[in-house]
Amino acid sequence: MGETSVNFAKASTTALQDPQLRANFRRAMDGLMSKRAVQFADSREWNAVRALGASVRLRALSKLPELLEKLEANCTRNGIRVHWASTTDEANAIVLSIMQRVNAKLVVKGKSMVSEEMHLNAFLEQHGIESLESDLGEYIVQLDEAMPSHIIMPAIHMNTKQIAHLFKQKIKDAEYTEDVAQLTDLARRILRKKFAAADVGISGVNMAVAETGTLCLVENEGNGRMSTTVPPVHIAVMGLEKVVEKLEDVPPVISLLTRSATAQPITTYVNMISSPRKDGEKDGPREIHLVILDNGRSAIYADEELRNTLRCIRCGACMNHCPVYTKVGGHAYEAPYPGPIGSILVPQMEGLGKRGELPHACTMCNACVEICPVKIPIVEIMGRLRAEAVHPGDAVKGAGARASKAEAMVWKGWSMTYASPLAYRFATGLLAKLGNAAPTSLPLLKEWTNVRAKPRFARRTLHDLAREKGIPDV
Amino acid sequence: MSEARPTDSRNAILGKLRAGRDAHPLTPPESDFTVLRDKRWAPSERLDRIKTMMEAVHTEFLETTEADWPTAVQDFLKAQGTRTLLYGTATEAGQRIAAAWADGGPDLVPYDGPVETFKERLFDGIDAGITTTLGAIADTGSLIVWPTPEEPRLMSLVPHMHVALLHADQLYDTFWQAMTENRWADGMPTNALLISGPSKTADIEQTLAYGVHGPKRLVVVVIR
Ligand code: SF4
Repeated sequence: MGETSVNFAKASTTALQDPQLRANFRRAMDGLMSKRAVQFADSREWNAVRALGASVRLRALSKLPELLEKLEANCTRNGIRVHWASTTDEANAIVLSIMQRVNAKLVVKGKSMVSEEMHLNAFLEQHGIESLESDLGEYIVQLDEAMPSHIIMPAIHMNTKQIAHLFKQKIKDAEYTEDVAQLTDLARRILRKKFAAADVGISGVNMAVAETGTLCLVENEGNGRMSTTVPPVHIAVMGLEKVVEKLEDVPPVISLLTRSATAQPITTYVNMISSPRKDGEKDGPREIHLVILDNGRSAIYADEELRNTLRCIRCGACMNHCPVYTKVGGHAYEAPYPGPIGSILVPQMEGLGKRGELPHACTMCNACVEICPVKIPIVEIMGRLRAEAVHPGDAVKGAGARASKAEAMVWKGWSMTYASPLAYRFATGLLAKLGNAAPTSLPLLKEWTNVRAKPRFARRTLHDLAREKGIPDV
Repeated sequence: MSEARPTDSRNAILGKLRAGRDAHPLTPPESDFTVLRDKRWAPSERLDRIKTMMEAVHTEFLETTEADWPTAVQDFLKAQGTRTLLYGTATEAGQRIAAAWADGGPDLVPYDGPVETFKERLFDGIDAGITTTLGAIADTGSLIVWPTPEEPRLMSLVPHMHVALLHADQLYDTFWQAMTENRWADGMPTNALLISGPSKTADIEQTLAYGVHGPKRLVVVVIR
């Protein structure tokens, strides 16, 4: 397989054996699914707003290079400095050079999945800059030195007790309490000091509006507003697909996003930023930087079918509804984006050599496709990537990495058997006679029988039985 | 780590995108905004809906009149034990407050210098902040707030309580309607906000807690 591949099967087996983890996910996911269903109870409205949302995203993709140029021009006119990064290394270097220029020691971060993609915290820490997550879920995960397990609710794998222990253990002078209001208040007190002291604030971007040069962020906590308003410098990082054409495209996408993500008609704050502090204004950052990251997206964009991956508005609903994700949780994917969207996005970014297993983390039940607010054909893309993984080609990084001679031979044999009545009859006859005697430890069979019972073969084939009833072979 | 020259990355990215798109152009479906255009409430229903939705996320409402609102606000804050109120001196609302403020109420604190001169006090010594709004949205129960030099951004964020003035005749049906009718796209301010309740989180086991980083309380003063 060349590159070392990340072992999803192994990680998910471990996860499945953790009853606490499974209970935490089950409870959270059931709640999210039923609450979301209430938000979209009116199916006519759902169909209409979903079609509108999908059209907004598709229109943006249809003009992607032009819209990015327009975004750059309008941001620049507004005083926002725009940077482009082909890779996460480049993006990190851009962020670092801004930090070094302003001599930054402390950074507060609002939630940003792109910064997870960049492993920005670890990178900044290597350079002696303290980078503090301020979204409560991200703060918890950072205290725990773990990764987010969900793109919307990063600490969803933990219950209150676990978080209470974590706070007691990691926060100086913290008393043990399982009272959520008290735990929240503790984080509030600690982080307020940090907001006031931070040299730089970093945020993600939910949508960037080309028409006006506006960065839109949605959030409930106010940490996003703090991070983008209090420190003297604000750096926003975004994947290049996050652009929309017009300001009026924002409301339908936000409506789909917040209802799909957390079943709220809207988040507490919708924060639209179009410029740094102007003359006479008393607060807000004096500098805003927008870092536009590619990291494999332009390659995804080149393929007509795979391009649909870039419609995603990162609502997380596909995770909440996935029979695989809801059982194994987010960490088993070992990726910034878990669940169905992660299983199609991460292999395309990181290559099928390393991530070729992920498109198989799917039962093809189609639940994600039915709830995806922008109608991404996730399962079709999953199938496409499975095929790409075994056929060398250039559509996807690492295509052909999982090609296996044994598997190819089995399929060849299978197709030959099915193409010849004689071979077919011989093979099925043989299985009826000897199939049950085959040991469960046979190389390919073992993959199945490891975790499942071996199927029992009937003693007589269907053809045989039909013939007995007087139905002739063709 | 090699740092590519920024313009190289820019041109490489845009070049790849252009080549990819031109090889396989994409025709998007029409964007039909009817679903938003048709979302309407009778004028008499709008405020009720806003109240119901915002109260569901712990927003408090105070009903008053154009003539009485400064006194009503002061009485309310006094009753809450509020010690300090941050306000903008240069707005019409600010001037009304200053003129009507009686002794014994919360101390008025003007936001009259750049935040750098004032950060410690702002984060540590202010109980409440009062701002105007540009109206509210019935669909989602949201206030429209555009901070200005007179009413800076942090007034509605840092103090523990945010008091927001809402004129009962400035109500919209949807966010889309508010932005298209008022032609926001012609000129966005430094920062435009929708605020739909006090700050909240559900990051600890899906349990709602209010007042995580922003205000713990949001009080909407409805002026008729
Ligand atoms: S793929 Fe669809 S459902 Fe999943 S996160 Fe993206 S937009 Fe949401």
